[in-house]
Amino acid sequence: MTDITTSAPVQDHGSAEPQLRSRAARFFEAWPPMTIAALAWIGAMLVIALGADLLAPYSFTAFDLKARLQPPLGFGGPLNHALGTDELGRDVLSRLIVSIRLSLLIAFFGTLIAATLGTSLGILAAHFRGRTEAVILMLIDFQASMPFMIIALAVLAFFGNSLTLFVILMGFHSWERYARIARGLTLSANEQGYAAAVRQLGAGSWRIYGRHVLPNIASTLIVSMTLTFPEIILLESGLSFLGLGVQPPLTSLGNMVGYGREYITRAPWILLAPSVVIVLTTLSISIVGDWLRDRLDPTLR
Amino acid sequence: MLFFITTRLARAALTIAFVVTFAFVVLRLSGDPAMLILSVDAPPEAIEAFRRSWGLDRPIWEQYAAYAIKALSGDFGNSMRDGRPAIELVLERVPMTLAITLPALLIKLFVGIPAGVFAALHRNSMIDRLTMMVSVAGFTVPSFVLALVLVLIFAVQLGWLPSGGSESWQHAILPIVTLGAAGAAVLARFTRSAMLEVLGQPYIRTASAKGVPWRRVIADHALPNAAIPTVTIIGFMIGSLIAGAVVVESVFAWPGVGRLLVAAVSNRDLAVVQAILLAIALSMVAANLVVDIAYGWLDPRLRRSRGHA
Repeated sequence: MTDITTSAPVQDHGSAEPQLRSRAARFFEAWPPMTIAALAWIGAMLVIALGADLLAPYSFTAFDLKARLQPPLGFGGPLNHALGTDELGRDVLSRLIVSIRLSLLIAFFGTLIAATLGTSLGILAAHFRGRTEAVILMLIDFQASMPFMIIALAVLAFFGNSLTLFVILMGFHSWERYARIARGLTLSANEQGYAAAVRQLGAGSWRIYGRHVLPNIASTLIVSMTLTFPEIILLESGLSFLGLGVQPPLTSLGNMVGYGREYITRAPWILLAPSVVIVLTTLSISIVGDWLRDRLDPTLR
Repeated sequence: MLFFITTRLARAALTIAFVVTFAFVVLRLSGDPAMLILSVDAPPEAIEAFRRSWGLDRPIWEQYAAYAIKALSGDFGNSMRDGRPAIELVLERVPMTLAITLPALLIKLFVGIPAGVFAALHRNSMIDRLTMMVSVAGFTVPSFVLALVLVLIFAVQLGWLPSGGSESWQHAILPIVTLGAAGAAVLARFTRSAMLEVLGQPYIRTASAKGVPWRRVIADHALPNAAIPTVTIIGFMIGSLIAGAVVVESVFAWPGVGRLLVAAVSNRDLAVVQAILLAIALSMVAANLVVDIAYGWLDPRLRRSRGHA
């Protein structure tokens, strides 16, 4: 009796420790700390984007000419402007919050358009083969052979700029990646048993592609979306930085940097705050994308 | 081999035709040129005369053919801003752009490739981790942020280098470093994964198993095979020698093609935009062609399999 009571805890102690450690190790293997941090950052950005109106302490266009170019809190700035103010006395934090919302929205819809467009074209190419496929492959070649920023600039030069046009334009970025993937995967799916089996059962093309092929290639497409999303953030911010993307009074992260460039010596915080957000956001999405790829799709390496 | 080159040439011609068509279609879609140049309330006779003199009253395919012939001979009309031929404006900017993109390309090649090879050969070492960290930064830090951070450090804080302009060779340093650093990071990552892929192949194991010294295994077996995928991205870099500095030129007020493009886009100077579009397309297509031929040379399997197809 005493033997058991004295030895049991010891035994327990001896076996529980490594088990506990390995459980923690296993947890961190599945959820590396970097990934958790990246997910946390993305979560924070989503909360900011969704709650921008509630979170922004001031209106992003409200100016306070008495409080111009105030440094951020901790660098000698006042309490009421945590990230300082710009040269019109507008609150940098409020502008940052509103910019995050617009940049994320553009990247979100851009990615969605690119994925939908590319996947549809890819499946069409694989379904019809022949001339349709040749034309789509030619378009893919063309898109891949020109730097997209140049195409985007040309379109903006011809059509001028509106937010709707700009978002649609961003959606044309990297559609060819989805088209390629969707075409390749659909071709191989069509050769596999399951697609042939449902076709034998009398399912139409829509049903086969929508209910059977698409779910099977979804994970690869989702992983590609984690590549497109940060790319569109970078593209949008680059164009907005040049003054050719999002137009004032609207503001995006790139806009803020482009505008803050004028005050780089006197008020570097105007451009540093949005720069940090751009870098951390694209970095986080890339980290999560890598992690997702390893989890969802070990073939795509 | 002849068939291989002909198909590649045909593809290159097709891409150029595509760019010209794209420019034509977009130009026509973007509005009536008569309305753009004359005002909306111009008298109908003036609009009619304008249409006739520009050939806008002819059938669309005739307009297209005329446009294509003019475009391919480099005639895009005059810049709306200073009245000079658009192609001339573009061509005189090309040397300025090359003055920063060529040295940057050398940095990319001579830093990026060795770093990638070294990282792959010493996988999971400190240097490998460091290379990977820097290269992730190269993907996620936009070039204008990198440029501005460099300006903040070297021009504003330290005062060592000028922050913009093109008066002396010192003005070129920051643009070159910005372009080179980002590209080197991308190339290092790419080279590393190409190299790792090759190092896992059975022929590497065979070579070292039969007693070939490790150095020679790397030099004779690993590097040439890893070069094949890397050539694609280098080709893209060579092709974007003219196009790749749009943002960086704007940050550093460097008077190259990229800055001209940005100015032309914001002024809607369509002749200049079209000329630049075609110049960039030509350089991309030429680079792609060279890459394709280099592929055939590096990888005889490709040449033969496509040649028979």
